[in-house]
Amino acid sequence: MKFGILINEGPYQHQASDSAYQFAKAALAKGHQIYRVFFYHDGVNNANRLTEPPQDDRNVTQQWSQLAAEHGIDLVVCVAAALRRGIKDEILAPRFRISGLGQLVETGIQADRLVVFGD
Amino acid sequence: MSADDGAEAANERTERNVKRFLFVNRKAPYGTIYALEALEVVLISAAFDQDVTLVFLDDGVCQLKKGQQTKETGMKNFSPTYRALEGYDIEKLYVEKESLEHRGLTADDLLVPVKVLTTEEIGALMDQQDIVISF
Repeated sequence: MKFGILINEGPYQHQASDSAYQFAKAALAKGHQIYRVFFYHDGVNNANRLTEPPQDDRNVTQQWSQLAAEHGIDLVVCVAAALRRGIKDEILAPRFRISGLGQLVETGIQADRLVVFGD
Repeated sequence: MSADDGAEAANERTERNVKRFLFVNRKAPYGTIYALEALEVVLISAAFDQDVTLVFLDDGVCQLKKGQQTKETGMKNFSPTYRALEGYDIEKLYVEKESLEHRGLTADDLLVPVKVLTTEEIGALMDQQDIVISF
């Protein structure tokens, strides 16, 4: 099955991004595809490569970058939500890209299921 | 207007690459940015010619309240945008009856025409959708 994922909350404050990551890994392990992960609202903060959690904690941003590199997942950050929050190309972590909300609607159209992680 | 419109309509949607999108608005219009950014997604989905339905429940019903005044708080009053939805062919707006009642509101307090549904009816409406996005 082709899954789309929408993440509406930022890292650490909220577990949404962690749950989405675990979901994506489990889906891939079962042979499913992740069509795209779309980051909206405070979810755009997941793309900030300046994020630096303590050594003994997981690095949410790096986890996404690595998973995307391993499986060729499209990580898209909403441009309007990103600009509001100071997320720009120069601080994007590897494999993330900034694009429009149309990419979220298109994910809904193309994927078999759109799974939303948020509050 | 029912979304459960039979096999023929479903086939036509598949041919035109149209899906039924339901946006569930559950949060108050101010205090957090969810309502404002949800509206931005709704407008984009209209540009993609999708079959769009909006549901308002919990504090989300307050998004449609008439006479919003935000000047003193420094927040942008985006409520006039709901009245513009019709111009984007977004005409299926549903509000949960129980949520209105709990807040002492009726459909007359709202700034756009809506259809009031019970929790159970909204559940049935959700069942008929391809995509449900909750904000």
